[in-house]
Amino acid sequence: MQLSLWTYEGPPHVGAMRVATAMKGLHYVLHAPQGDTYADLLFTMIERLPSRPPVTYTTFQARDLGKDTAEIFQSAAREAYERFKPQALIVGASCTAELIQDDPGGLAAALELPIPVVPLELPSYQRKEHWGASETFYQLVRHLAVPMARTERPSCNLLGPTALGFRHRDDLREVRQIMALLGIEVNVVAPLGATPNDLTRLGAAHFNVVLYPETAQAAASWMQRSLRQPFTRTVPIGVRGTEAFIREVAELAGVDPAPALEAGSRASWYSRSVDSTYLTGKRVFIFGDATHAVAAARVASAEMGFEVVGLGTYNREFARDVREAAKLYGIEPLITDDYLEVEAQVAALQPELVLGTQMERHIAKRLGVPCAVISAPVHVQDFPARHSPQMGFEGANVLFDTWVQPLMMGLEEHLLTMFREDFEFHEGAAASHLGRTAPMVPREAIEAAAPMAPVAAQPVADQPVLQAASPMTSQATAPHATASQAVTHSQNAGASQPGAMQTSPAVQPPGHASVRPASEAGIVVATWAAEAEAELKKIPFFVRGKARRNTERFASERGVALITVETLYDAKSHFGR
Amino acid sequence: MSPVIPLHPVTPGCDDVPVLRERGQREVFCGLTGIIWLHRKIQDAFFLVVGSRTCAHLLQSAAGVMIFAEPRFATAIIDDRDLAGLADANDELDRVVARLLERRPDIRMLFLVGSCPSEVIKLDLQRASERLDGRFAPNVRVLSYSGSGIETTFTQGEDTCLAALVPELPQDAARASDLLIVGTLPDIVEDQFKRVFNELGLGSVSFFPPRGARALPAIRPGMHMLLAQPFLAETARLLENAGVERLSAPFPFGVEGTTEWLWAAAQTRGLSRVQFDAVVAPRRERAERALARHRETLAGRSLFFFPDSQLELPLARFLSRELGMQLIEVGTPYLHRAHMAAELALLPQGITLSEGQDVERQLDRCRAARPDIVVCGLGLANPLESEGLTTKWSIELVFSPVHGYEQAADLAELFARPLARRAALAA
Repeated sequence: MQLSLWTYEGPPHVGAMRVATAMKGLHYVLHAPQGDTYADLLFTMIERLPSRPPVTYTTFQARDLGKDTAEIFQSAAREAYERFKPQALIVGASCTAELIQDDPGGLAAALELPIPVVPLELPSYQRKEHWGASETFYQLVRHLAVPMARTERPSCNLLGPTALGFRHRDDLREVRQIMALLGIEVNVVAPLGATPNDLTRLGAAHFNVVLYPETAQAAASWMQRSLRQPFTRTVPIGVRGTEAFIREVAELAGVDPAPALEAGSRASWYSRSVDSTYLTGKRVFIFGDATHAVAAARVASAEMGFEVVGLGTYNREFARDVREAAKLYGIEPLITDDYLEVEAQVAALQPELVLGTQMERHIAKRLGVPCAVISAPVHVQDFPARHSPQMGFEGANVLFDTWVQPLMMGLEEHLLTMFREDFEFHEGAAASHLGRTAPMVPREAIEAAAPMAPVAAQPVADQPVLQAASPMTSQATAPHATASQAVTHSQNAGASQPGAMQTSPAVQPPGHASVRPASEAGIVVATWAAEAEAELKKIPFFVRGKARRNTERFASERGVALITVETLYDAKSHFGR
Repeated sequence: MSPVIPLHPVTPGCDDVPVLRERGQREVFCGLTGIIWLHRKIQDAFFLVVGSRTCAHLLQSAAGVMIFAEPRFATAIIDDRDLAGLADANDELDRVVARLLERRPDIRMLFLVGSCPSEVIKLDLQRASERLDGRFAPNVRVLSYSGSGIETTFTQGEDTCLAALVPELPQDAARASDLLIVGTLPDIVEDQFKRVFNELGLGSVSFFPPRGARALPAIRPGMHMLLAQPFLAETARLLENAGVERLSAPFPFGVEGTTEWLWAAAQTRGLSRVQFDAVVAPRRERAERALARHRETLAGRSLFFFPDSQLELPLARFLSRELGMQLIEVGTPYLHRAHMAAELALLPQGITLSEGQDVERQLDRCRAARPDIVVCGLGLANPLESEGLTTKWSIELVFSPVHGYEQAADLAELFARPLARRAALAA
């Protein structure tokens, strides 16, 4: 049993739904209790799809158990076939139906429907959403794809994009464009937009392009073995990723890569522009699905000049890729699906930028660190109206804009270093180019936010009760929640902020200040002399946390009990920047 | 529509109308969803779902929340070790609860919430909660209820939660008030009602659920209760067993519903109609003025309810009688005839009442009827909009303050807005 507050991934049948919803002419009959239909709203509200997912749920209830749940399943499958007339059916069970062991595959086969019926075994108590999507796509391909003659001209299949994917829609346009420039035909795109009949034609392609290994690698590996189609290993994210991808694809197709390489990216030049100097060495924490996290680390390090201080994924199936990548940056990878662990690491590392999922966006907001979203799980904001790819050269431009935008701008940062804080420009105020609220949490509070400390009670009560909960309004509650959080997290809770709720004594967290990160357990932390503390305050707020931490580390390593101004500058010279 | 609303309808209602009962795919939430508002109402309570990853995913998706601060709900996710018997599920639960309470010393009441998987594997949460209560009381009370989809539909999760609290209510004749209001209300609405009751001389009122776990209202035989929500069948039954007398009234939606609901309470103190009117008339008139604005948009428009929260009948009554809307079909997940008696008497004749659901067939009926506005869940709203129908997502009706005089116009506005928006975008 695992205590879970938020989850990065849904259950595996939601992964199957992502495949079914992406496709056309396919229907999913899901043996599931009443209530599991909530999953429809992921597609209709978060992705804003204009039609219902092609899923029929049996929605059995307690009174049906032990009597006729099998019959309910069969009539649901029969009616779904008659009503929707799909080209193929996938059938399976959600977590509860898995327990009652009705065998949807066998029951559906007994109906002898005149279409392919693909049974799915998705163990809900072991596996999760991405695995479910991958397994579903793999099973469909296995059941439907057959060896056949290759197309005359070089061609490929584009594999992996699903419904509810992070920018899959836009990535696809970029990758199609690359193929067009290279003169490579796109045989089938799947699952997104494909019909079951299209899947039967997969074998005509010369090779496969795996855009999202999390969903397509299993199917591509099978096709390599059974249909003798090689598949791509490079994911075209970032300028270099895109260039490497173009070369890989050109080689597989036996064509000249030049026409696609010529396009190039504005991001490379922007990154060389002198005003980007301030980006150098920005400490960045990265977390997401394996593909996006590894790619983001590469872009951050080689194309933006950032320092990757943390890298992790919630996707255990692809943990190996992330471990390999982490070695490049000399850091320990974080493989976990426990968001509290991620939060603890962000707090401990004090990055200057977080690249993560919507979960990390909340963590970063709480800790007052700039953040950009790079990966699923998705939010309604991750389906922008505009074209906003992550892949290809245009994707690289998008990454540059999206990652740099939350940061303090170049000259602004210099002025700040020179003149320290003034009444209009201080850590409580937002950067001037940002229209949003500033980091709400004093840096000292971040330092104090120790991984194992009990958290404060959720302080969102200043919203009208019951109003904050619809998918569209979650944004609106953010400033309140964050402001309140700042109060409960602050060491100086006296400096309360307007709009923050009053924290009743009952929900006051037991002093954060006294708790240190587990990694520092057992180490005596030196105390700060008053003048050293005052000197520390003169350091710009966005590097102050790091300065404090380094100085304390320097002091404890040398057994210095009292940190003076001299210790501060000794530490500065020791660590440099 | 006459400006004065008749308190006692002369036209026969639809209390003997046949009900279309359907059994097919039900496009509804399970009772776990109630946690989303219950955890905000009882602010020192924590809700621990004992279930699967699906339960956890439902909560964060349906809540849309991903609220940044740690929520006061969580899921203890059952894994294959628990199912294979490699781990004793009860030991595991004890461990999870201990870890949770350590993290959250501010929690005073913990609900173990049963789910479909926990019920199918027959994990006895009642016994588990008693065991844990023995360990953590009096600091933290531990209770349990079912929010599973196989037992409960959406708002029924509040019913099972409150029903679990009923045995905890102190039986204390000295402390018990005269009137108990049952059902979660936003604090602001509670305060409005309190003021009206005070002015009516009914100052002895308590609210259930309370705002804090330590403020459970006392009960006594012979005290009266008014249901503020139409989905509290089991809670009401248990309170009636304890001797609390339920006052039959329409639910306090709209001017008429609110007036009748308050009047039912006023009568217990022998107030005359004149005395009663003297107190409520200014509020009633203010609400009627505010409603009039929306009548222009809504009168004559046709309406189709998909089943969702059990609020459908009272809302249909309000929209038809006070705003002149035409009801095509009113679907409800469950029809409680006794609690709905006053509502059924007020509903117009000739409408289709449906109970349960076969969503595909209901969609066929809805498309054929082409109503001006469809009230439905989030899974259906955008697809219907894309077919050219105007929809109102029903979940907002549960998550917004809509009870009482001061909210009557807000409630009407929730229906007027989609129509106004469609008109604005078409212009």
